[in-house]
Amino acid sequence: MLLIRCPYCEMERPESEFKYAGEAHLTREPLTATDEEWTDFLFFRHNTRGVYAERWRHAVGCGRFFNCLRDTVSDKIVVTYRAGEPRPALP
Amino acid sequence: MRFSFASLARQAWRGHSDWPEQWRSPEPKPAYDVVIVGAGGHGLATAYYLAKEHGVTKVAVIEKGWLGGGNTGRNTTVIRSNYLWEASEGIYGHAHRMWPTLSQELNYNVMFSPRGHMMIAHSHHDEQAFKRHIYANRLAGIPNEWLTPEQAREVCPILNIDPGIRYPVRGAAFQRTAGTARHDAVAWGYARAASALGVDIVQNCPVTGIRRDASGAVCGVETAKGFIGAKKIGVVAAGNTSPVMAMAGLRMPLESVPLQALVSEPLKPVMPIVMSSNTIHAYMSQSDKGELVIGAGSDAYVSYSQTGGLHIATATLEAICELFPMLSRVRMLRNWGGIVDVTPDRSPILGKTPIPGLFVNCGWGTGGFKATPGSGHVFAHLVATGEPNAIAAPFSLERFRTGALINEATAAAVAH
Repeated sequence: MLLIRCPYCEMERPESEFKYAGEAHLTREPLTATDEEWTDFLFFRHNTRGVYAERWRHAVGCGRFFNCLRDTVSDKIVVTYRAGEPRPALP
Repeated sequence: MRFSFASLARQAWRGHSDWPEQWRSPEPKPAYDVVIVGAGGHGLATAYYLAKEHGVTKVAVIEKGWLGGGNTGRNTTVIRSNYLWEASEGIYGHAHRMWPTLSQELNYNVMFSPRGHMMIAHSHHDEQAFKRHIYANRLAGIPNEWLTPEQAREVCPILNIDPGIRYPVRGAAFQRTAGTARHDAVAWGYARAASALGVDIVQNCPVTGIRRDASGAVCGVETAKGFIGAKKIGVVAAGNTSPVMAMAGLRMPLESVPLQALVSEPLKPVMPIVMSSNTIHAYMSQSDKGELVIGAGSDAYVSYSQTGGLHIATATLEAICELFPMLSRVRMLRNWGGIVDVTPDRSPILGKTPIPGLFVNCGWGTGGFKATPGSGHVFAHLVATGEPNAIAAPFSLERFRTGALINEATAAAVAH
């Protein structure tokens, strides 16, 4: 089980308090988007082997969405940060 | 060397001291007609049918580890075809019809055991969904039937049908022709048969790049053992499909997540069938060695670690103990994870890509083993002819743009 730091509660809590919400930093396409752009937005993901930016929700805590950089090979969390903040540079 | 009663007797007489190697381990040649990336069951089956049915024998199967060492060697070996949609009944039905004669076809015992597969319904919703599957299957000529709780216990006497438990058994969908096979033997059988037809299987050779020519078409792969030329490349890399396709600059509609499994200490025969429940994330059968083979749920997050959280396996074992109280003191021997590539509609992708010469067979998610022969068979046709046949056509990468999705979330048997 992962130990995840909620950047709002500023506490490390067990994974079972959180819900995973997929890749982070996806920008919703405007209504004028082409079929290709919509397909890309809806279904296609980087699914990175290595450091991946993803969203989590502190479902049974504060209930808020936040972002997380995690190495998908070791499952080690690099950093968590609040929604709306830019992706931090890797240390 | 063919396996036969005579060859077994001869080897037994010699104390089994000089069985030959079952497949060659050649160094890669500079170029092939087709390179298959990934020597799991699906990749090896593709190579076998390319050589056997399409006469394409200049084929290399490139594998970063050892053959059958990924999800082929990690899955819980369930074979069934009780999916909902016609397209799925096409591909899984095709595969299911190939299993009974596969040992003869490959001259290698894959230990196919059609012992029956029971999908347990725990709620009114489960009951409705499974009955809908049963009726759809029967219209498509695929066997599947409804059992009451009492009938289910007759088939599987250790099943607890007490209506007072947390997830009571309200009935079950039962496919009598479903069952299991020996996963390693499937990989080994295809490897041996493909190798005999001239296919080169190159193990311990990670692919590090996909090279393209001036026109944009593929012209080969960069590997740990140097460049290998090929005008056609078939990527059959399961959980690692996204990283391999990224080498060609493509993103995929996939998320790779760990799926866990466990085996118990060996017991006398207690479990006559394969049981699964997607409501409580559990499936179980008993191997010929007597171990209970238990499939757990998938972890929530993208990972390539081939391991997962213990809470996932714990939840499965709690459910197993409630459904099968006699197993509550059985000890587990091992648990592990495999990385499964899950598509948005839980159906596989078998198709061309925007890059000429690059084909992909992926997205089998939590249930690819059952499809191994059928998947290899239709993917070989696609790679050889450049066009999908009627069975493979609905599983194109294009369906995510056209919207012709094939939603099999209920039939997938693992909730995710």
